[in-house]
Amino acid sequence: MTTREQILDAIRANQPALTALPGVIIPADNTGLQAKFTETLTTIGGKVIKANGYDDVIAYIRSITNAGHRIISAITGLAEVISAGEASPLPHSLQDTELAIIKADFGVAENGAVWITEDLLSQRVLPFICQHLIVILNADDLVANMHQAYEKIGDEHYGYGTFIAGPSKTADIEQSLVLGAHGSRSMTIFLISLPLD
Amino acid sequence: MHTETKDHAELATVFNKDEARVDWHDETLWWIRQKRDKAVNHLPEWELLRETASQIKDNVLSNLAGYLVQFESNAQKNGIIVHWAADAAEHNNIVLGLLHSKGITKMVKSKSMLTEECHLNEHLENNGIEVIDSDLGERIVQLAKEPPSHIVLPCIHKKKEEIGDLFHLHLGTPAGNADPQFLTETARQHLRETFLTRRAALTGVNFAVAETGEFVVCTNEGNADMGAHLADIHIASMGIEKIIPKRKNLGVFLRLLTRSATGQPITTYSSHFSKPREGTEIHIIIVDNGRSKQLGREDFRNSLKCIRCGACMNTCPVYRRSGGHSYHNAISGPIGAILAPNLDMEKYADLPFASTLCGSCSNVCPVKIDIHQQLYKWRQVIVQNGYAPAGKKAAMKLMSLTLSSPAAYHMGGKAGRFVMKYAPFAVNNKLNPWYKQRDMPEPPKESFGEWYAKNRKA
Amino acid sequence: MNVGLFIPCYVDQFYPGAAIATLQLLEKLGVTVTYPKNQTCCGQPMANSGFEHLTGGCNELFIKNFAEFDYIVAPSGSCVLHIKEHLHSHEHENEAAGISSKIYELSSFLTDVLKVESLPSRFPFKVGVHQSCHGQRGLHLSQMSELVAPAFSKPDSLLRMVKGIEIVPLNRMDECCGFGGTFCVAEEAVSAKMGKDRVEDHLAHGAEFITGVDMSCLMHMEGILNRRGSKVKVLHLAEILNAG
Repeated sequence: MTTREQILDAIRANQPALTALPGVIIPADNTGLQAKFTETLTTIGGKVIKANGYDDVIAYIRSITNAGHRIISAITGLAEVISAGEASPLPHSLQDTELAIIKADFGVAENGAVWITEDLLSQRVLPFICQHLIVILNADDLVANMHQAYEKIGDEHYGYGTFIAGPSKTADIEQSLVLGAHGSRSMTIFLISLPLD
Repeated sequence: MHTETKDHAELATVFNKDEARVDWHDETLWWIRQKRDKAVNHLPEWELLRETASQIKDNVLSNLAGYLVQFESNAQKNGIIVHWAADAAEHNNIVLGLLHSKGITKMVKSKSMLTEECHLNEHLENNGIEVIDSDLGERIVQLAKEPPSHIVLPCIHKKKEEIGDLFHLHLGTPAGNADPQFLTETARQHLRETFLTRRAALTGVNFAVAETGEFVVCTNEGNADMGAHLADIHIASMGIEKIIPKRKNLGVFLRLLTRSATGQPITTYSSHFSKPREGTEIHIIIVDNGRSKQLGREDFRNSLKCIRCGACMNTCPVYRRSGGHSYHNAISGPIGAILAPNLDMEKYADLPFASTLCGSCSNVCPVKIDIHQQLYKWRQVIVQNGYAPAGKKAAMKLMSLTLSSPAAYHMGGKAGRFVMKYAPFAVNNKLNPWYKQRDMPEPPKESFGEWYAKNRKA
Repeated sequence: MNVGLFIPCYVDQFYPGAAIATLQLLEKLGVTVTYPKNQTCCGQPMANSGFEHLTGGCNELFIKNFAEFDYIVAPSGSCVLHIKEHLHSHEHENEAAGISSKIYELSSFLTDVLKVESLPSRFPFKVGVHQSCHGQRGLHLSQMSELVAPAFSKPDSLLRMVKGIEIVPLNRMDECCGFGGTFCVAEEAVSAKMGKDRVEDHLAHGAEFITGVDMSCLMHMEGILNRRGSKVKVLHLAEILNAG
């Protein structure tokens, strides 16, 4: 008998009588999503900037970076500030990325998180390995809470997806909060009002 | 750290020798409990969420085999390789075997309490594999050669000066530097090199979704992702009870988990792994290690609902004043006390008694495990199985005889008060543990029974 | 209605004042109270130590003494909770179940059954209220800070009826005092530390008296107060409600 059989047999012998899954509907408040999202993300160390389009983003990127910085993005609207290089770089070659700019599918107001699936990333490691992260989010793509988030995700077949809520952090040293653990040191979200190309 | 031969009371006594430190430990964890309170009070539907999560987990336990098979099938369809391990040894050998098969001798790990339970690091190191823990708190205790003291906050028992000293010794930071910002930056640089050079990364699993075959790993630091997305092989270790039925259930659990643990609305990263990156592998090891046995214990199976948030530890007044190491087990605190006796009743017979049964734990538990009721029930089981000290057994028998007989009770009470009044030195001494830090109560001139007989009915 | 008065063993032996106050208070409120003289103990000290199987004798004695009453009232949350949850009998299970359904801790008897709205008592002092755990979380005598739920407190609501009283705030409103039955000696270091911390909270807020529904918690805190030479005294809730 394989270990698998052994374990499953033991479980079947010991599991209790079947109980039903709850059919609960959790209420949601859909008002003031932008304000809630902004407030929550700011509290957890992120930055939210309202913008009308990529011109604002480009101007901002120019103001926070200088010539030597490697800037990685797959967003064609930002072509003029993106560093030259391979279109689909290998993960390790991204280690010197100063700034990465990615799009997010949507944001969640209750916790300031954005949902990003693999198809928005040239490499899964990009939003983690960069020193600083900028996320472009359509201001209309906000949901109130995680229940709505998973409704929106539905049964999409992604290879990888992640919720990112602010910059990486740790409080392991005497509960002192430090931003910038192993992931990005900062996270800035551009909430774009007008439809993006 | 040899804690095998000691019990919680002895270890807690040692911990309490440094009262200022106990205050510091207690206040730090109480502060985290308060952060949890602040966060959960933002959600008027909090109690509804707890009840929902509890019912989902009840359903999971009642169909565990079915969900595991469903998960395995869906994970395999996505290209994940699934292994099964009956116990810690088998789990450890699977990990070792995978590393050997790829000629890998260095691995980076992100936090997994299951691997602590299995003593994985020790096994790998004994077999020539270098393991580096990438969670900052875990890395710190790894350098200190200690186990973590808390399932979410591994080095909550360590002061920043001690961490500074460790980093000075092992990572070459300047002596005396205890600045958290500086130390974290040092760890970032040191571990970045590790992430970039390790071909194998091992993570835990916070939730495994039966419906889709995906699993979720939650971190604040981003270390699980840094390791996994740069490695050729990602090994994920999970206990059988980490299963949840549907993807949408994650909505409930991800709202409860981090609020309960640290008071944050969500961890910085909640990564959902479904398929391996092209040219790489993901292996999941499904581990039993006593869980199926616990599943068969009607009074204790609810302990398997645990999502490892640590809220019970933060709220426990005993845990705060004794520290995680006093529980001499990978999982400490109230949840540890109801999980461990299932693994080794003799070794962990002391843990269910390390509690006043105040009930705070059960009421912060996001999945409504009846922890304090289980602590009471484990006490009965442990005594019935013969693990009570002989002196205690004798004292209890005597108490039972005295209290079942009104005459014996009245006589005993009178005698006790007499001794306390006329020979206080008989009880006010070193042999009486109560007397160490507390005065004994003043014996009154008559009991209530005696007063009543005089002042009411004839 | 006739009420059987159940007095915990250690209250009977060491704190008769709390029992006398309970009796007098109930009588003042027009209740016919009987104290069965052959009662001893609820059995909790043994049960909580893992020796529930030795409580049969206590259980039978309890049933024999109390089965006849309309209500059973005790100045103790912890003993009442124990009876409610653990009173069983091979031959008299019906009586046991009956007792479980009609046994009340004192403050909840006053608020829920007698529906007391005022008291003639007077106690012009600063009082710290200790929320004994078993009464609070077990019998739900007051809301617990862990839950997201409306605040309430039966003991506090009664104390507020007492003229002149000032209830002091606390830093940790419902942390356990550390008595815990045999825990108080089996885990002496942690127990004493928990008690010291509780006492310190009350002292820091200027309490002149510490009260609660359970004499066991108060006995433990009194031991610590006396050891440090404090003038602060402990009083059972009944003694304050019965004062003046």
